[in-house]
Amino acid sequence: MADICESGICIESLRKRYGKGETAVDALKGVDMQVAPGEVVGLIGPSGSGKSTLLKCLGAVIEPTGGRMILGGGVIYDDGWKISDLRALRRDKIGFIFQAPYLIPFLNVTDNVALLPMLAGKANGDARKRALELLDALDVVHRAKAMPPQLSGGEQQRVAIARALVNRPPVILADEPTAPLDSERALSVIEILNQMARQYETAIIVVTHDEKIIPTFKRIYQIRDGHTQETAGEGKMVHNTKNGLLSA
Amino acid sequence: MISLAGRDISHAWGKFVFTGIGLGLLIGVTLSMAGIYRGMVDDAKALLDNSGADLWVVQQDTLGPYAESSSIYDDQYRGILSMAGVARAANVTYFTMQVRLGDNDVRAMVVGIVPGGPGQPGYLVAGRHITRSHYEAVADMATGFALGDRIRIRRNLYTVVGLTRRMVSSGGDPMVFIPLKDAQEAQFLKDNDAIVQQRRRTAANPAFDRPSVPGLLDAVIASQSTNPYVNAVLVQLKPGHGPDQVADTIRRWKRLQVYTRMEMEKILVGKLIATSARQIGMFLVILSVVSAAIVAFIIYTLTLGKIREIAVLKLIGTKNRTIAGMILQQAVALGIIGFIVGKTAAFFWAPVFPKYVLLLPGDAVRGFLAVMMICVLASVLAIRVALKVDPAEAIGG
Ligand SMILES: Nc1ncnc2c1ncn2[C@@H]1O[C@H](COP(=O)(O)OP(=O)(O)OP(=O)(O)O)[C@@H](O)[C@H]1O
Ligand SMILES: [Mg+2]
Repeated sequence: MADICESGICIESLRKRYGKGETAVDALKGVDMQVAPGEVVGLIGPSGSGKSTLLKCLGAVIEPTGGRMILGGGVIYDDGWKISDLRALRRDKIGFIFQAPYLIPFLNVTDNVALLPMLAGKANGDARKRALELLDALDVVHRAKAMPPQLSGGEQQRVAIARALVNRPPVILADEPTAPLDSERALSVIEILNQMARQYETAIIVVTHDEKIIPTFKRIYQIRDGHTQETAGEGKMVHNTKNGLLSA
Repeated sequence: MISLAGRDISHAWGKFVFTGIGLGLLIGVTLSMAGIYRGMVDDAKALLDNSGADLWVVQQDTLGPYAESSSIYDDQYRGILSMAGVARAANVTYFTMQVRLGDNDVRAMVVGIVPGGPGQPGYLVAGRHITRSHYEAVADMATGFALGDRIRIRRNLYTVVGLTRRMVSSGGDPMVFIPLKDAQEAQFLKDNDAIVQQRRRTAANPAFDRPSVPGLLDAVIASQSTNPYVNAVLVQLKPGHGPDQVADTIRRWKRLQVYTRMEMEKILVGKLIATSARQIGMFLVILSVVSAAIVAFIIYTLTLGKIREIAVLKLIGTKNRTIAGMILQQAVALGIIGFIVGKTAAFFWAPVFPKYVLLLPGDAVRGFLAVMMICVLASVLAIRVALKVDPAEAIGG
């Protein structure tokens, strides 16, 4: 799948060992994985199987022990970091969505999203304009001036998705993004991610335990014992618009 | 870019304002402490200025009359008057005591002056100077006395004929001026029983009770019941004569200690209020440490409460510098709020202090710089914690 490596996510025999000597834990023992631009894949596996570890390696917040990672066409890791400014890499190439929205409580909704382009050096006005576009696409623009705690859980998660998307990163990493949501909202989040992946040509990995959303993936990677195994998913599309969670 | 610190402060402004006020009151106390010291120095200078003297002639080997007790004969001034360069010289006495008005008494420094001579207060806010040589007084406003009040010093009543302002001793007690003769008597005055007893003792002494020398006993008793001493002679110089020169001459010929204005100031500031100054200095150090600890503690807890947000900020690519700047700005903002509150508080409560509190603009500037420095230092701890936050924490398990 050489063409995927030119624009999406490409991981080859990635290894990660925590600690040294007798207490060392081999969390990843040679992971292979490819996600094409515009694709949303699921990453599942039992607790302690290494899902978060994989996301952290991809997210450039911990250093793998060996292997190769290619993001958006650039080799970022090949038995060592190939990029000096990992902070800028995270800011420009990777969007993060967490189990909880983790919005900045002292910034309003717009600025929570606009902060990223601002950090990348965009003028405040441009950054806010782009944030509002995304908030509109995610149907939370009516709450643009609100502070995060005033939003419902689903609204907060959509703001977090807008934040992950705002710098148009080629890659989005989502760690259990639907865990705190009821099944309707969970499905709508996945729907949004699929929509955004197509619209912005983003490769998205969703780590999940959530039985409700597993059937929605076309492709699923199962991680067990530090190795990944690809399986075909059901790829059921959800169109849950009955309580206005989604814009058409 | 938006100001993260500013947003955080306006989000949690209540917390900031209240801690700022708390810190501010502490800073207000610190500024007032400095003001108390400045007030003491200023009181000392006012004491010297108001005496109107160029030289103080006191007992040999003493630091009198303010820092140590000094006693010289009350006729010494005549010899001093005749010396080259001396324009005017007058005896003066000082003693601190309770002055009674009706049922109340006020602690005051009673100054015995020669009416019209050096030592008499230069400027009256009301009334007139002492003109008679008995039973008139000029009192400082701080005593609370009014013109026409009859005040009691020892056994005698004095009428307040004039009022002064800011005439205080180096201890901060207001002054009451009375004629020298009365003051000498008051300083020496014994109670009636003691006088009767002393007369009896003298009369019983065969050395004095000599029928062959009539009048001896009366003369001895008379000499025992007068006070020929004063505390100092205040000297004013003729124009064109240097104080050091004249002081030298008096020292040599009269065998008395003489201090110039500069030496007197050194004694007052360097010796008399030196212990109080160190005491206040100690207070300033403790207050600075306490303020620093409070700022550090507050900024530290505020930062600990934001660990998750800081991890997220780092994960999405915020520079360490931006995060450190946010914490530093918050510490400085807290310092600024505190300083404004402190300065305002000190301004309003300074006049209520019983002793003079002098708030110098220079001290305020120094205080502000110290507060800023303390805030910067205090934020170091919190910044270290923030920089150690691992962005991986935002992703979690
Ligand atoms: N910092 C660390 N130091 C040592 N071992 C670690 C560390 N982080 C994770 N591990 C170990 O690595 C393995 C994989 O952990 P990881 O967090 O990736 O699991 P996970 O698949 O995300 O599990 P969960 O579904 O419970 O979140 C586990 O055995 C864990 O104990
Ligand atoms: Mg996990």
